[in-house]
Amino acid sequence: MNAPARDARRSAAGPVLSARDLHTWFELRQWGFLRVGSVRAVDGVNFELQAGEAVAFVGESGCGKSSLARTLLGLHQPTRGEVVFEGRSLGTLNATERKAYLARVGFVQQDPYGALPPFMDVRRILHEPLIVHGVRNRAEREQRAREALEEVRLSPPDDFLSKFPHMLSGGQQQRVVIARALILRPAMIIADEPVSMLDASVRVEILQLLRNIQTEHGLTLAFITHDLSTVRHFAERIFVMYAGRIVEQAEVNELLNHPQHPYTQALLAAISDPDPDNALHLREVPPGEPPSLLKPPAGCRFHPRCNRMIAGTCDRDDPPDFETRNGHLTACWLYR
Amino acid sequence: MAGEPLLRVEDLRLHYRSGNGVVRALDGVSFDVRRNEALVVLGESGCGKSTLAKALMRLLPRNVQHFSGSLLVDGVETMDYPEERFRREVRWVRISMVMQAAMNALNPVIRVGEQVAEPLRVHRGWSARRARERTAEVFGLVGISADFLQRYPFELSGGMRQRAVLAMALVTEPDLVIMDEPTSALDVLTQAGIMNALKRIKQELGTSFILITHDVSTSSEIAERVALMYAGQLVEFADARDFFREPAHPYSKLLMASVPRLHQKETPVHIPGQPPNLLNPPEGCRFAERCPSRFDRCDRDPETFRIGERRTVRCWLHAPGARP
Repeated sequence: MNAPARDARRSAAGPVLSARDLHTWFELRQWGFLRVGSVRAVDGVNFELQAGEAVAFVGESGCGKSSLARTLLGLHQPTRGEVVFEGRSLGTLNATERKAYLARVGFVQQDPYGALPPFMDVRRILHEPLIVHGVRNRAEREQRAREALEEVRLSPPDDFLSKFPHMLSGGQQQRVVIARALILRPAMIIADEPVSMLDASVRVEILQLLRNIQTEHGLTLAFITHDLSTVRHFAERIFVMYAGRIVEQAEVNELLNHPQHPYTQALLAAISDPDPDNALHLREVPPGEPPSLLKPPAGCRFHPRCNRMIAGTCDRDDPPDFETRNGHLTACWLYR
Repeated sequence: MAGEPLLRVEDLRLHYRSGNGVVRALDGVSFDVRRNEALVVLGESGCGKSTLAKALMRLLPRNVQHFSGSLLVDGVETMDYPEERFRREVRWVRISMVMQAAMNALNPVIRVGEQVAEPLRVHRGWSARRARERTAEVFGLVGISADFLQRYPFELSGGMRQRAVLAMALVTEPDLVIMDEPTSALDVLTQAGIMNALKRIKQELGTSFILITHDVSTSSEIAERVALMYAGQLVEFADARDFFREPAHPYSKLLMASVPRLHQKETPVHIPGQPPNLLNPPEGCRFAERCPSRFDRCDRDPETFRIGERRTVRCWLHAPGARP
């Protein structure tokens, strides 16, 4: 899609989902009652997703990206801040409205085998959400289950409806998970590492499938991923997360071609293309490891590993977002 | 190249008994590894690459139906060694291994240092003290501070634990270390750190490596030669430079085109279809069903053809004078 068209869509519709000053902390207790602190999995996150756009949240394990996904789904209560979907804050919804929200947002989990109940066949798995959301007519449910299977290219549906998850390959299982996420005709899909458990040759196929479904139905798609090398093909915007925060955000090509934050730069420099010359030299890797989210460092969370750290600033003050290039936001004091 | 290669494998076959029949996990695999060389064995899951690692270490499950071929270490056949002799002279002495997900198999109630030192105590009969000193040295080599010797596995991050199991494979100073998917569960920066450590170790100690993985990009960080497996067979064996730049087997070509690259505009391709069932593999070429260049000869099992000095390809397209 070209940029003007998307801009027009943005201004017309307004954001579908936004996170405002979102914090999700998990309290840690010793012996079940002594408070020893909080794990700050999501620690001050702000963003807006426009209708019909595909975005990716990228980060290493433990950066809080899965906690963010679960907070967006309403599975974790935010400690502070709010998630706003179609103009309403999730915290203010009553039980019925909450159920309606979950029907509007589909979830694709990381491990397809763990996400599918082993004792249900595919038919039952696909009927289940419809039953929960009040589709009483069995024939209609069956019809929609078949449509959903066709949509994820598991056809003919008759070959799959009576199969159990263990009878399917990993890729097919993940397709069933996607079909289940689509069956309530959601406005948005959140996919938490949808392909990291799959074989490399199947990954591209599943990502393409998600992307096609997204453009066809005008869905909003939020990918959670650690794999920057495929992101370009499946998302329009990228948010880079580090230690519970978004450190950089931009359009995909802008971000990959002009990374600004030292962390993003390090991340991109560590990714190899299959080139035999790689074996000839060592790669530059920032020292150390991501900080404990129990006691994150003061100031910029990346400063202990950063080779461009400004003493007295980066280790004291939280960097705000600076617009470093057109539409490119970077939380780094280098761009003050 | 003068002299015998460090390890030469010829026509290795390993078949398992299973409830539904015989699984032909390895069906005629031949390759060699030279001193101080890094060989990468690539393949999708289920192609037999982990079975290959276990066969090289002769760590076989009970349901083996057939195990044959030739395994020469420095030109000496070891296939006919009884288990006790193999354990004493080869396994963990000449060849050691980092198993898949080994970092998650560390004993949670024993200090890391003790576990890493164990091969020295068992295979060399060293005293605890001497073993500890040597372990501290190896920790430095793989990039862990010696303070971590006294820690328990849960106190270490994933990357640190992976380095620890690598240290465990290195303490006995083997000539060859086999690593099964050493970085696949790790983050990019951790992966890059570990690959750096491997490169350094290879340079400093002159160790040879066999890296078994499905991750083409990461494997290119160390690969000098590449063996590509498909459905229990080796389909291409070549220098890394040739393999990555100009793959020869149709499967190699598709595989290379399916690898996502950071700055490439086109979407990576996906290989349609699925590998054959190893319970009952097809008569002819095992890749034929998914192959875009299939022709009538592919109904017969292809021979392995040599292209140039240093490359072999198991595909009829490369038969002398072949033209589909």
